[in-house]
Amino acid sequence: MIAAALTTQDVDQIFVLIKHALLACVPAALQPIASAVLSIIPILVAFPLLFAITTVLERKGLGRMQNRYGPNRVGPAGFFQPIADGIKSLTKEDVVPLSADHAVHFLAPILLVIAAFLGYAVLPIGRNMVLVNLNAGVLFFFAVGSVVELSVFMAGWSSRSKYSLLGAMRAIAQMISYEVPLVLASVVVIMQAGSLSLVTIVESQSGYTGIFPHWYLFTPWGIAGFILFMIAATAESNRSPFDLPEGESEIIAGYFIEYSGFKFALFFLAEYLGMFATSSLAITLFLGGWAAPLSFLTFIPSYVWFFLKLLVLICFFIWIRGTLPRLRMDQLMGFAWKFILPMALLNIFVAGLWRFLPAGPLNSIRWLVCIGVLAAPCIVLSFSLKQKKKLLVRTYHFAE
Amino acid sequence: MTAPFLILAALAVAGTAAAMGLRNGVHCVLALTVGFAALAALYLQLGAQFVGFTQIMVYVGAVAILAVFAIMMTHHPGLIEAPFSRNWLWGAVIAAAVFATLARAISLGTASAPSAPPEPSATVNQIGDALMHRYILPLEIVGLLLTAALIGAVIIAIDPKDREESE
Repeated sequence: MIAAALTTQDVDQIFVLIKHALLACVPAALQPIASAVLSIIPILVAFPLLFAITTVLERKGLGRMQNRYGPNRVGPAGFFQPIADGIKSLTKEDVVPLSADHAVHFLAPILLVIAAFLGYAVLPIGRNMVLVNLNAGVLFFFAVGSVVELSVFMAGWSSRSKYSLLGAMRAIAQMISYEVPLVLASVVVIMQAGSLSLVTIVESQSGYTGIFPHWYLFTPWGIAGFILFMIAATAESNRSPFDLPEGESEIIAGYFIEYSGFKFALFFLAEYLGMFATSSLAITLFLGGWAAPLSFLTFIPSYVWFFLKLLVLICFFIWIRGTLPRLRMDQLMGFAWKFILPMALLNIFVAGLWRFLPAGPLNSIRWLVCIGVLAAPCIVLSFSLKQKKKLLVRTYHFAE
Repeated sequence: MTAPFLILAALAVAGTAAAMGLRNGVHCVLALTVGFAALAALYLQLGAQFVGFTQIMVYVGAVAILAVFAIMMTHHPGLIEAPFSRNWLWGAVIAAAVFATLARAISLGTASAPSAPPEPSATVNQIGDALMHRYILPLEIVGLLLTAALIGAVIIAIDPKDREESE
């Protein structure tokens, strides 16, 4: 009977309905607190669970790309590996270096995880499923992200180890450099939507022409913005090819090398949570948030679409990690300041152009103009940056 | 005076006081960051979301990092020998004078009237409108100044050898 009464709309809103039903059982005085707790718990459960799935997915995926098996001992095809990893990190000894700054060393991973979780407060993960709909949601997201840099510094500095300090310096330099294009790439969406609220941004991408959605990805500035955003997001989450802060072959694990046991696991958790959060922001800004990709697929609940898109982006990150080699520090900085930043600024100009050029019958001309304005400087810039380098055959001198 | 205000105010004061009193330079910066964050929370409590988040972004994300870098890059012994300078009396006098001026200005101002204050309405839209229409000239001038500072910083940072080569 109940199953028959459930419409697609009810399935879509099932978590919202459950929350309201649970709230009705609580006395009125406690309802604000209960409401907050009931909204926070799913975030605290869902994303660490996604972290567990991602670790095994990443290890198996990388293994496949590197022609090896990956984890295949715990559970069916090694899929219970995260449980074993979790138990291991919980039971390991927590070693703190003797010369470490104990208070800062202890606080760094906690602050990092808190900052990583806070970003999810403004991300709409489904229809009517957002913790707080802030007026300045995008700004909140980036403000919280800047706390991550400070906790990375705290971890690196307090360990009193040259590797961790080097890792922290690299991480902060990289994060500051790539935060600029990350914000500038999101500005185009804010310009078009006319709001800093992520819920409004998702709503402004709703609706379909024929069967195709109105995502910002399907505009010239949207494609360019999305690509720039994803490059900057990869650098922000310290992932290959931008994994200099923790390059295993150079500085072992970077800023969190002096952490062990569960604190080490917390750093990993925070790093993946940061990656999920920036990917979720990319989905919200460019890929229509929780909206279905084709108009006849709207019967599938909104949160399913959100997590499917997130999984696609995660797989993309894993693929990139398995494909590209690590950059050098000067290449990293040159890429950010000489290529990504000018292109992001140009993209803002193109977004303005797109808005004021006439649509309708001249739509294809509008497309051509915008693509031309973006592509010509992109080609010129890449060639002018390349020509300064004299590419020679490199000779290696080995120690004898 | 609500309880959240008192807690945040105490946190801000404690953070900045610790920033002055602690002996380790990096600890001072971290304590100052606590003060910045408490101040941001105070702005949020007043309904000024934009100012609050900008405070976190600029002060916690940029100024604190810059201070920390400056401490690490300069060859400091790390520990500050005497946290109190010998001229502390003069400092106290100046601080008291500034506080008195500010307190007088606030107490004389219209905001001190205990009548119900209007709903805080500094939305992001209004701030954007004001910046792009009424205050466009100051905004441009600030932008120009910052660009000049940026170019200056780059020129200082260029290695002398590279500069000779390019000339």
